[in-house]
Amino acid sequence: MSESGVNERVVVDPITRIEGHLRIEAQMNGNKIESAYSSGTMVRGIEIILKGRDPRDAWAFAQRICGVCTLVHGLASIRAVENALDYKIPKNADLIRNLMNGAQYIHDHVMHFYHLHALDWVDVVSALSADPKATSDLAQSISDYPKSSPGYFADMKAKLKGFVDSGQLGIFAKAYWGHPAYKLPPEANLMAVSHYLEALAWQRDVARLHTIFGGKNPHPNFVVGGVPCAIDLNSDSALNSKKLSQVQDIINQMKTFVDQVYVPDTLAIASFYKDWGSRGEGLGNFLTYGDFPSNGMDDVAGYMIPPGAILNRDLSTIHDVDMNAAEEIQEYVAHSWYDYENGKSAGLHPYKGETRLNYTGPKPPYQHLDVDQSYSWLKSPRWKGNAMEVGPLSRVLMLYASGHDQTKELVGMTLNKLDIPVTALFSTLGRTAARTLETKIFADAMQGWYDDLIANIKAGDSRTFNEVLWEPASWPKQAQGVGFMEAPRGSLAHWIVIENETIKNYQAVVPSTWNAGPRDDKGQPGAYEAALADNHELHDPQQPVEILRTIHSFDPCIACAVHLTDPDGNELIKVKVR
Amino acid sequence: MNNNEDKTLEEMTRDEKTHDERTLGETLRSQGISRRSFLKFCAATASMMAMSPAMIPKIARALEQARRPSVIWLSFQECTGCTESLTRSHAATIENLIFNTISLDYHHTLQAASGTAAEAAREAAMKENFGKYLLIVDGSIPLDNPGYSTIAGISNVDMLMETAAGAAAIIAVGTCASYGGIPHANPNPTGAVSVTDIIKDKPIINVPGCPPIPVVITGVLTQFLTFGSLPELDDIGRPMAFYGKSIHDRCYRRPFYDKGLFAETFDDEGAKKGWCLYKLGCKGPTTYNACATTKWNNGTSFPIESGHPCLGCSEPDFWDGGGFYKSISMPTENITKTVIYTAAGAAAAGVAIGAINRSRKNKAVASHSKTGIDDLSK
Repeated sequence: MSESGVNERVVVDPITRIEGHLRIEAQMNGNKIESAYSSGTMVRGIEIILKGRDPRDAWAFAQRICGVCTLVHGLASIRAVENALDYKIPKNADLIRNLMNGAQYIHDHVMHFYHLHALDWVDVVSALSADPKATSDLAQSISDYPKSSPGYFADMKAKLKGFVDSGQLGIFAKAYWGHPAYKLPPEANLMAVSHYLEALAWQRDVARLHTIFGGKNPHPNFVVGGVPCAIDLNSDSALNSKKLSQVQDIINQMKTFVDQVYVPDTLAIASFYKDWGSRGEGLGNFLTYGDFPSNGMDDVAGYMIPPGAILNRDLSTIHDVDMNAAEEIQEYVAHSWYDYENGKSAGLHPYKGETRLNYTGPKPPYQHLDVDQSYSWLKSPRWKGNAMEVGPLSRVLMLYASGHDQTKELVGMTLNKLDIPVTALFSTLGRTAARTLETKIFADAMQGWYDDLIANIKAGDSRTFNEVLWEPASWPKQAQGVGFMEAPRGSLAHWIVIENETIKNYQAVVPSTWNAGPRDDKGQPGAYEAALADNHELHDPQQPVEILRTIHSFDPCIACAVHLTDPDGNELIKVKVR
Repeated sequence: MNNNEDKTLEEMTRDEKTHDERTLGETLRSQGISRRSFLKFCAATASMMAMSPAMIPKIARALEQARRPSVIWLSFQECTGCTESLTRSHAATIENLIFNTISLDYHHTLQAASGTAAEAAREAAMKENFGKYLLIVDGSIPLDNPGYSTIAGISNVDMLMETAAGAAAIIAVGTCASYGGIPHANPNPTGAVSVTDIIKDKPIINVPGCPPIPVVITGVLTQFLTFGSLPELDDIGRPMAFYGKSIHDRCYRRPFYDKGLFAETFDDEGAKKGWCLYKLGCKGPTTYNACATTKWNNGTSFPIESGHPCLGCSEPDFWDGGGFYKSISMPTENITKTVIYTAAGAAAAGVAIGAINRSRKNKAVASHSKTGIDDLSK
């Protein structure tokens, strides 16, 4: 890296505190980012591996696309098979899937905030000069969380001091502590570091919801046609009242932490970083596929999260999105390490998609990518030719635009408390705040799904699985379908083609591909690239914490985002893998 | 690398000599962790590893005397599920592990520093602890093209070789690092291989599973750090303490198998009553792991208890085992691969593995002929 040259190229690789392997190259103009390039640097090829296998097995393979968003690809996969076969599932199965996906949001978003994102805003070393009593006053002024006494914070401070005094800084070594971009007072830093540790313990407990229904976490089990856990209140082995009580306890634990720690911390920290409400907007186009059915996946009106597209910040118009229309969702490879049969400038709908690996990047070890050519293992998905952002901000905007009362109330409260304009939603800060707000929405919704499950069991319905289409011999010779969902990081869909009881084609378009993808054939940047080009000055190019803030506001998941397919190119297989 | 701010931090730390002399026990006490809770932790460790209570003082002594050992964690073709699993460990807890027991000097998902600073942390840890640090790897390594997976512009195979050179030992966490895992599944599009396929001159412990059980990851780590020696390994490099028995032999549903009572679907009478999942494709009989005894997520459940057949995820090539819902049949080439892994594992570990163990016998049987219900009781 050159010494603060006027037009230097700042490279951040590895971007840490994310899932996967992401590289950012930022072209500087003075101290300002002029243009940015996002590159996924790892590929595995899971969609190729899926070809020819039993569609009922596909969820387990697809789930290994990502162990952080653990379960989301499993769920998208079984929905794809069920959609292809018109396979109906019992109501209990839908409720349990909602509970599992909802739990994934709450677990994942809290961990993202404290363990992946917080250290961009929180200076661990500054916490050492905090006054425990003043920290306690601060904590008690924003929340009823019981762990907030001066003694508690004195203890946390002593632990932290002992750690730093050991001289072995471990995961905190070589970070940008003391950088002037850190604005929190020592007391807020100590509070946040304490909650970093609390959240580590909390997440371990609440992950057990997946274990109760799916046997383990990470990578809980699913099954096409329902859920694998049987319900029987009179059995010591099935989902009985003891296990259901555990679920209720976990939901309470989730709600308490979100209400008493995550939401107040987000607001408290954001209040010191209001300038990040006018930076990092990116595209201004937002997309959702919709999810959390109340009456099965066929009843779109019953989804808690509505599907739709918003263009150019215009919240007055929600455009319909058709997952099957050839001209709507398309993927481009003009700057990706893939070829298309009819040239690199075409866009292809997933049903017509091809993926042929063709690494044309520099031979490792290398210093820079050639961004005029191909520079990423990610493709560039587009909706009707538009680059779109997916994820918490898209969902919150979609709920807001469609008149969801709780969302309007939460957004209003946040803007009010922070005293920032509504335009601040379209920013790095807005994206991070939206993630917190939707976590609150899901933490509340969990109780509703749980109550529905109990009521359904009480009414005598213990069905969790529909065996009618389990045997492949009962399937049509050919079938195809799409399984879509809202994953914590955004809209996710898998497309499957089944022929002679096996997988002929399998493809996925994944949230982080939408957000982290490279430029398309027209030179339109992806969401990360556009966001970094929006009003970013680097105080010190050697310590680019500003880049980390905006990239982390998207919660990158690069394992998910990378495509890979059939090297022969004559089949339509493609999937995001890493 | 200019890192003035880091210097500020270094200034706040004790000088090299002093903190070199500082032991873990002292550090724990300075952080307000009582002797009593420390011994409790040691007792939990001993019990988890099925050691006698007499070992507790020995574990305590070993841990107390140590400066926190440096650990470098490299992530290659992986999904981060293994790291996520690590964070679910309740004994040792992740926070106890990374703040009190080890010095986790490089770990993409958790470390604060990015980019050049992150690489500087890895290089510093390698230099300062050369020959002494523990290397943990998750994910497979693609050999078909170095561009298939890079970090900081460096190919995975180069980074592995460079980092392994100064490691005291290597732990391959997860089935991908241990045996190639899902990237290695047929047709292995990127030429993915395991750590033992590349590194031949270091002790390597395989901790497979997709992902491995949280407390098994931390248990193996603690055992290695406590005793400074390799645990007893099976023929494919797995610690016998956790992978010595099949799921089937320890399964609480085994009595139903013995009585011939099987669930036929996922919510029939058998499923509700907890009957054996053999007919739904359970791979418990050919899978060696601790799920049935340790269970998952603080003993909450494990796949079979929650109604799903075992996928067999701690076995090499389980992805190509013929279908998760079809009754057991192992890939026909399995016997060959077992022999390959055996040789590599033994050489790398520097441990002479004795007679073919039961695990291998079962695999040999399974790979030659489809195993039926009758065969299992033989």
